[in-house]
Amino acid sequence: MDFDLGAEAEAVRKDVREFIAENVNSDIHQRMADTGTYYDADFARALGARGWIAAGWPVEEGGSGRNWLEQVALNQELRHADAPMDAIGTTMLIASTLRMFGTPEQKETIMKPAVRGEVVIALGYTEPDSGSDAAAARTRAVRDGDEWVIDGEKMFTTLAQVADYVFMLTRTNPDVKKHRGLTTFLVPTTSAGFSISEVKTLGGERTNITTYEGVRIPDSLRVGEVDQGWSVASAALELEHSGSYAGETLEVLAVAVEQASQPGPDGSRLIDDPSVRTRLAQAAVEAEMGDLLGMRAGWMHQVGQRPLVEGSMAKVYSSEAFSRATSEILDIFGPASLQRGRGLGDETLAMIEHAYRHSQVTRIYAGTSEIHRSIIAEAGLGLPRTRSAG
Amino acid sequence: MFDLGLSNEQEQLQSAYRGLFERECTTEMVRASEETGFSAGLWARVGELGGVDMSLPENLGGAGGLLLDAVLVNEVIGAYVAPLPLAESMAASRLLAALDTDPARRVLAQVLASGQPVTLSPRPAVDGRLGWVPAGLVADVVVARDGDRIIAQRGDQPTPFPGNLGALPVADRQITTDAIELAAGPEAVAVFADAVLEWHCLVAAQSVGAGKRAVEIGVAYTTDRYAFGVPIASFQTIAHRLADAATALDGAQLLARKAAWAIDSRADRWRALAQMAFVGADEAAQTAVDEVLHFHGGYGFMLEYDIQLYFRRIKAWSLQVGDHRKELEAVADLLWGAPRLPAAV
Repeated sequence: MDFDLGAEAEAVRKDVREFIAENVNSDIHQRMADTGTYYDADFARALGARGWIAAGWPVEEGGSGRNWLEQVALNQELRHADAPMDAIGTTMLIASTLRMFGTPEQKETIMKPAVRGEVVIALGYTEPDSGSDAAAARTRAVRDGDEWVIDGEKMFTTLAQVADYVFMLTRTNPDVKKHRGLTTFLVPTTSAGFSISEVKTLGGERTNITTYEGVRIPDSLRVGEVDQGWSVASAALELEHSGSYAGETLEVLAVAVEQASQPGPDGSRLIDDPSVRTRLAQAAVEAEMGDLLGMRAGWMHQVGQRPLVEGSMAKVYSSEAFSRATSEILDIFGPASLQRGRGLGDETLAMIEHAYRHSQVTRIYAGTSEIHRSIIAEAGLGLPRTRSAG
Repeated sequence: MFDLGLSNEQEQLQSAYRGLFERECTTEMVRASEETGFSAGLWARVGELGGVDMSLPENLGGAGGLLLDAVLVNEVIGAYVAPLPLAESMAASRLLAALDTDPARRVLAQVLASGQPVTLSPRPAVDGRLGWVPAGLVADVVVARDGDRIIAQRGDQPTPFPGNLGALPVADRQITTDAIELAAGPEAVAVFADAVLEWHCLVAAQSVGAGKRAVEIGVAYTTDRYAFGVPIASFQTIAHRLADAATALDGAQLLARKAAWAIDSRADRWRALAQMAFVGADEAAQTAVDEVLHFHGGYGFMLEYDIQLYFRRIKAWSLQVGDHRKELEAVADLLWGAPRLPAAV
């Protein structure tokens, strides 16, 4: 056993920090905060040019052949700098899916530009009437010669306003069990009949409802086989499921410790108060455990094991701990915590206020805590299914 | 380079202990040992497996000296709630080695030759008395702090606490004129404090092992037990709480192993990690066993069911260390420095 990330990973940090100094600035943060769009085209292209979007892929596929520990360090540094990574994240999930399921043409025209930072892909699974039960999607895709006609509505199509494609889960056969009648497509956002309406969120990031009215797309934009979309979408969902939010918690904790160590008007410091110390320490312990659960999922993936249960453990534990920590830390500072923050490039108390709001969605997107607990109970502990298969 | 895999030797180590306990540490045997909380027969069998020696450096008669290996063994001790003061004996022996003085080496040689349990007192002497010494009832030698002196005490009459919550061999001990001074001064006191931290890490491993076994008991019970025509495990309030318990225990296990690795390699924050490991494991194990006992319904309250053995010990191990909340404050001390006291008015 060894818990050290190694010298290569540490060496990457220096390169990333230099890159960040050149490519992330307060203008970008201001624009992200004003628009709620966590994307910057110049930044994405610069990151892609370094081979850092698909950092783990070989150079000939547009990556930079980084080992997974180098990728861990890379992501830590980018997160610490509040770099505009959200669109890059969703795009990479689908680039990875195309790498597994895409046609040669899709790989050439969509996947490769995506890892160069030139194409953005948003996710379209959730609908007004189906979230956790993603396989219940009702958006229809009907074949018409070499084309498909799509009608329906998708919720929380975050970043669709800057996306080139929406990766869609659609119903192509309503007469079979729900998981068996689904097909996935890449729908260009320039299509006739595609429209977007903005949705504002508690965390400040913008999301959307996207509507599809008789949208016609060529069969060449179908991903995977007809009616086999659930296995394609599941692969993408599994990639999305195993993130850890321990890093965010540690960022908040560092700010909290710094702020609590400042003497007040009477010279006393919050951090000397036992009730403050125990709450900060509790958050530190939970962040450490969440980080290790995330590292385990990454390590398993690296050594060729499938971290289905372990990824769920990392996601549910670290997001729940993130929410607990932000709430407890706001309590510590009392009314001073009321100051509204934007959470980008900010290292004041207001950053924690933003994290408190933002942390709520980390327990919801990429699989709610309840979905992950069911995965752990069923696939991990071998308990009976608690949801009807439908 | 980061690697969470156990070596073949480490796998074999755990399976050797599992094999032994599967045969010789049944819950009937655990119940039968409750009067003293110690099984001399099983202690002898553990000695044959290398027992305390494995956590000591080779030049002192040991077999390698990785605390990580000791943590792996203590996970198995916890899983079987084995009535053995192995964590205490390992931490105390390692302390005798770390003190690096002639008297400490002599005491260590005697301890290893006798094969008897040895322990350390996490609490310093007060007026010559050592209160609630873990394994104090059965340890031949107690290593303790008395002011700025580190002493080894043997031959005093332990004052037991019969029928205590965890059926633990805890006892008060008395410092007598026979006490041997092993070392003195701030450096020796610091070495002693680090040994107590190592003990925290080993207790964490024990709690993780016991908590994980409690979850296994819970999975088996809630899958077999029917209510309203279905296994109660098919109710999400039960399945999800078991999932949360299993998750926190996995996190705590990783943290205890990381802390041991950090102690072995003197990595950054190693002291803080050891303290965090205790707090994380203690909370995860207490929560898990509370939930599983509850899922047994009325049966969980019957002494006949095994879950109570785990319930009592997990809490008792925590109490033997002290107050969980104070332990959390110690995490803060190690991460951010001791609190500044308010200026005298």
